[in-house]
Amino acid sequence: MTATTTPYSELKAPTAARRLLTAPTTGPLAALLLACAFFSFSTDQFLTGGNFSLIVQQVMVVGTLAIGQTLIILTAGIDLSCGAVMAFGSIVIAKAAAEGSVPPLVAIALGLGVCGGFGLLNGLLVQKIPLPPFIVTLGMLNVAFALTHIYSAEQTVTSLPGPLTALGETFPMGHTDITYGSLVTIALFLLLAYALSSTGWGRHVYALGNSAEAARLNGIRTSRLTIGVYTVAGLLYGVAALLLISRTGVGDPQAGQTDNLDSITAVVLGGTSLFGGRGSVLGTFIGVLIVGVFRNGLQLMGVASIYQTLITGILVILAVTVDQISRKKSR
Amino acid sequence: MSRTTRLSSSLLRAAAVTGVAALTLTACGSGSGSGSSGSGSGSVKVGLITKTDTNPFFVKMKEGAEKAAKENGAELSTAAGKFDGDNAGQVTAIENMVAAGVKGILITPSDSKAIVPAIQKARAKGVLVIALDTPTEPQSAVDALFATDNLKAGELIGEYAKAAMKGKAAKIAALDLAPGVSVGVQRHDGFLKGFGATDKDVVCAQDTGGDQAKGQTAMENCLQKSPGINVVYTINEPAALGAYTALKAKGREKDVLIVSVDGGCTGTQAVKDGKIAATSQQYPLKMAAEGVKAVVTYAKDGTKASGYTDTGVTLITDKAQAGVTSKDTGYGLENCWG
Repeated sequence: MTATTTPYSELKAPTAARRLLTAPTTGPLAALLLACAFFSFSTDQFLTGGNFSLIVQQVMVVGTLAIGQTLIILTAGIDLSCGAVMAFGSIVIAKAAAEGSVPPLVAIALGLGVCGGFGLLNGLLVQKIPLPPFIVTLGMLNVAFALTHIYSAEQTVTSLPGPLTALGETFPMGHTDITYGSLVTIALFLLLAYALSSTGWGRHVYALGNSAEAARLNGIRTSRLTIGVYTVAGLLYGVAALLLISRTGVGDPQAGQTDNLDSITAVVLGGTSLFGGRGSVLGTFIGVLIVGVFRNGLQLMGVASIYQTLITGILVILAVTVDQISRKKSR
Repeated sequence: MSRTTRLSSSLLRAAAVTGVAALTLTACGSGSGSGSSGSGSGSVKVGLITKTDTNPFFVKMKEGAEKAAKENGAELSTAAGKFDGDNAGQVTAIENMVAAGVKGILITPSDSKAIVPAIQKARAKGVLVIALDTPTEPQSAVDALFATDNLKAGELIGEYAKAAMKGKAAKIAALDLAPGVSVGVQRHDGFLKGFGATDKDVVCAQDTGGDQAKGQTAMENCLQKSPGINVVYTINEPAALGAYTALKAKGREKDVLIVSVDGGCTGTQAVKDGKIAATSQQYPLKMAAEGVKAVVTYAKDGTKASGYTDTGVTLITDKAQAGVTSKDTGYGLENCWG
């Protein structure tokens, strides 16, 4: 962003067109619409309401993880533990409700608490010792992964009580069926987008990501802010855990193994800079949809899944390249 | 603070555009329905979902399905999980294939239990679902199962190892798959049954994930623990080759008997080279071909395949033992996969 390096008085008022061109979400949005247009021409089944609600339903778990990941990346951090923490949360919820005969709501609260606790712990280690986020969350990835497998004894938890899978159920809207979980994910995206763009907390998160030292000198309580961001992210992983259970109908100890990288992919595709301070959760929503649309569209075309991996990889490199070029230009 | 206001206004704009686009697309498309039964364009759509894209076993399975699809005028679409155990990836693949209007899905479940709800949803929409290679739990969650009898595959190498030991006292190491995976458990139990042993006779059991490097590490550790090991049961040939490397490093490759299951071409060649004593060969190509045929039949006249079809298993060795039926590596290499 120019404002960080150019004195305020020298800034020209940007035109609407210029603003649209330089907004970090414009590129991702264009990519998403192009992909949609391409798949609409390529297959008969892509352009249907049912298929769109399916795509949103398929991305809700990674999408919710990616909101937390965006918050952390905005502070110039990274979270490799999100998928593993989610998997542990989902096993905690599933086992408590299915085998511990705990009321479903208590089980869910327990899961949210465990995931939030992991987030808090990540935040404390990053802030108080301090350790690099990459290392802290890499360690936590292994801790959560191991705890998941130990606690579940490698067993999938089945026959979950109804309320745990309620978010995976659908209600009809027009010609399509929407899952309640999709609405939860979309609501969380909107809530966090609002919090980031229109509250003091949000401004502080951006400031922290741009320069932690400058933020601190400006009176922002960076320590509390960092720990808070990691904790909020942990709570979001707890919600993702519930969505995961509701989507698959089981507690699965193998879940989430690539979701940390998938969430980072979504954040990057959504135009958020891995160097912090620049980006948005709405961009991440677009990023998540790009991955979902490609996976779904290529499958409808009958293309093997390895090509999805290939294309996603190329898109990620393109997205980071665009980020780097636009950063150079804005300097 | 102009930075924040600019950012938020562009965000709002982006959100608005996304919303409008999504609404437009949804509105345009709402007429054509979900298309789950649409096969008006002639060819039957068949979906194949494997555990991963990279394991040669599944690559061969895909080849078999592609060939059978061509012969039967069907259209094959394939998908896979990102890693062995990726249930969510397989669920997504099922949903997308149902949306694409497939008539039947052939699936090698990564998680026998966790995949069941997604399969039920697909079947409720009239899609024939056949499990290949790995059964679901319960097995009745799918219409039919085309697979190797893994218990029998284990028994064959167990009987072979028993005969080859010629009454010598056995110290057994088991290089297993992973806890709770039915294929691994069945092969392991089958081996012990065929050998006439119990888990108490296994001096060292380690999980390898069917991976060569992990198989080598496991064998090294087992030798450290009990140097007297003289029989090694392995879940598959990569694990067996890992074990062979570890044994060779200790100069023990001649006096330890390695048996395995799978019948991949690399593995069968290793039997020919004398690295592995015997292996139980299975036939992924056949599983897939039979599966595609079953879906085409279902599309034509509504006949659903059902129950369990054993796609066969053959003991492959060049050192045949009296009383144990086997075929040599010539036959093995002609019928191997990968």
